[in-house]
Amino acid sequence: MTMSESRPVIKPASKPLTDVKKSLYFHVGLIGVLFILQFVLPAYHHGNLARIMVLASYAMGYNILFGYTGLLSLGHAMFFAAGMYGMGLPMAHLGWTPEPALVAGFVVGIAVSASIGFLALRTSGVSFMIVTLMFAQAGFLTILYFGEWTRGDEGFVIQQAERVMAGFDLSQPANRYNAALILFSLCLIFTLKLVHSRFGRVMIAIRENEERTQMLGYDVHFHKWMAVIMSGTMAALAGAAYALLFGYAGATFASVQYSIFPLLWVLLGGAGTALGPFIGTLFMFYLIDLSSSFTTAYMLIAGLALVLLTLFLPQGLVGELRRRMMPWLT
Amino acid sequence: MADMTTLHISTSSVSRHFGGLIAVDQVDFAVPRGEIRAIIGPNGAGKSTFVGMLCGRIAVSSGEIMFNGKDVTALPAHKRIRQGIAYTFQITSIYGRLSLKDNVRLATSWRWGSDEAALENSIDEALHRVGLEDRMHQMAGDLSYGHQRLLEIAMGISQHPQLLILDEPTQGLADSEIADFVTLIRELGGDMTILLIEHNMNVVMDTADQITVLNLGKVLATGTPDEISANREVQIAYLGETHA
Repeated sequence: MTMSESRPVIKPASKPLTDVKKSLYFHVGLIGVLFILQFVLPAYHHGNLARIMVLASYAMGYNILFGYTGLLSLGHAMFFAAGMYGMGLPMAHLGWTPEPALVAGFVVGIAVSASIGFLALRTSGVSFMIVTLMFAQAGFLTILYFGEWTRGDEGFVIQQAERVMAGFDLSQPANRYNAALILFSLCLIFTLKLVHSRFGRVMIAIRENEERTQMLGYDVHFHKWMAVIMSGTMAALAGAAYALLFGYAGATFASVQYSIFPLLWVLLGGAGTALGPFIGTLFMFYLIDLSSSFTTAYMLIAGLALVLLTLFLPQGLVGELRRRMMPWLT
Repeated sequence: MADMTTLHISTSSVSRHFGGLIAVDQVDFAVPRGEIRAIIGPNGAGKSTFVGMLCGRIAVSSGEIMFNGKDVTALPAHKRIRQGIAYTFQITSIYGRLSLKDNVRLATSWRWGSDEAALENSIDEALHRVGLEDRMHQMAGDLSYGHQRLLEIAMGISQHPQLLILDEPTQGLADSEIADFVTLIRELGGDMTILLIEHNMNVVMDTADQITVLNLGKVLATGTPDEISANREVQIAYLGETHA
């Protein structure tokens, strides 16, 4: 959405277009920086950044629903795990190669988010939070119940030899980094395209004023449902990629904790900004990483930082940046 | 009253109950195409509930609503809007964190397919008609209350509706703005049917072809402005026995 008012109007159509382009160039530039970083970063941070990009893709999925559509889900771990197990289980038990397994994770993600969305969207507000939380708990318990196949909490390892996709061994750091970067870029560009589309504008309109949006002639329920599906499927893709790149699937990723994480990342980075989820994930990852090197009470430090940020930067890091310097940022 | 072929919107025994409260009670109502119809009545008469049912915001408890000769009773609100009904809220309901232009864009973009130029023109035209074209890049939330009401009306007319429902549009407007509004409604009256819920009797008398008076959820009277102002029942409902 355009936010500036002082720039001269040349012709009506040109203003939003320039802002859209600025935003696009900025984000493509960031992808370029991330590509170059792999050649300069030490091994430890190189590995961290690969992980952060996958988790940020998860957060970007969450952001589609929470940041742009205004629906707060407390059950996204269910979608993350749907992709993780949708991909991991056929690999572990049916001997599938990564390519079809990844497609399976994607399809399971669509199916789970479409059906959960269909049911959960009969509620709104606080009830929607509770219902998504309950569905996710049911999903978590289901994974534990079928421990014979899922190995429950303990989880299962996807062997290095199986993680070869299109000739690339994804357990190799460089391949893993670039695979994570491809996923991250796809999710980021998808988000930007979505936000600038008419469909995305209606999602934002629903966030801003749902009743008005319906009374302007939009099928609000359909738009919300599609937002759940896009959001859940992106989360599922991130879950599948996580298992594939890091060789492990476990029930922890379906727990409440993993539903709360993307909410925190998005809030910290800036809800409703394309870049916010990445910045939030990066920030939180290193906050915990650094503080745990000083003290075992690292969650205390992380918690304090969160409280301070929420108090003084309620729009998140990128949200604040947009407000102060870059009004064209989407 | 006009015959069925020229009727634009009509209801037959439409009712709405909220628990034990009967807000609208078996209302028969008919407006021919192109008419400006004012709906008046004391607070709590059921005016907003009634027009809410016409546009689909509120479901009917019983009865039938016809629009353009078709039964739209079961149609969800967004589909009625796309068939040509526009609605402005009694309590201003705009997108405060979006620009005026983006507000109107949302109102009208579905009408234009991929024709961006036509869309831009219709946005400019709607804002021009209410005199807000100079402010189109401002945040809507920064406008004064009166200007927000005008933005609502701009959003309504940008949809080029066949039927425009305005729920207390002049509430909070300055006198000069009200005069402009009356002119605007008269201009629009040629192109579309207008339903106007209004408390300001000067506005009603200056714009309405016909007036329907609601009281306690029922139609008390329907007639021209002159007939209504001479109607003794209406005077009693409005002013109470002692003043009548």
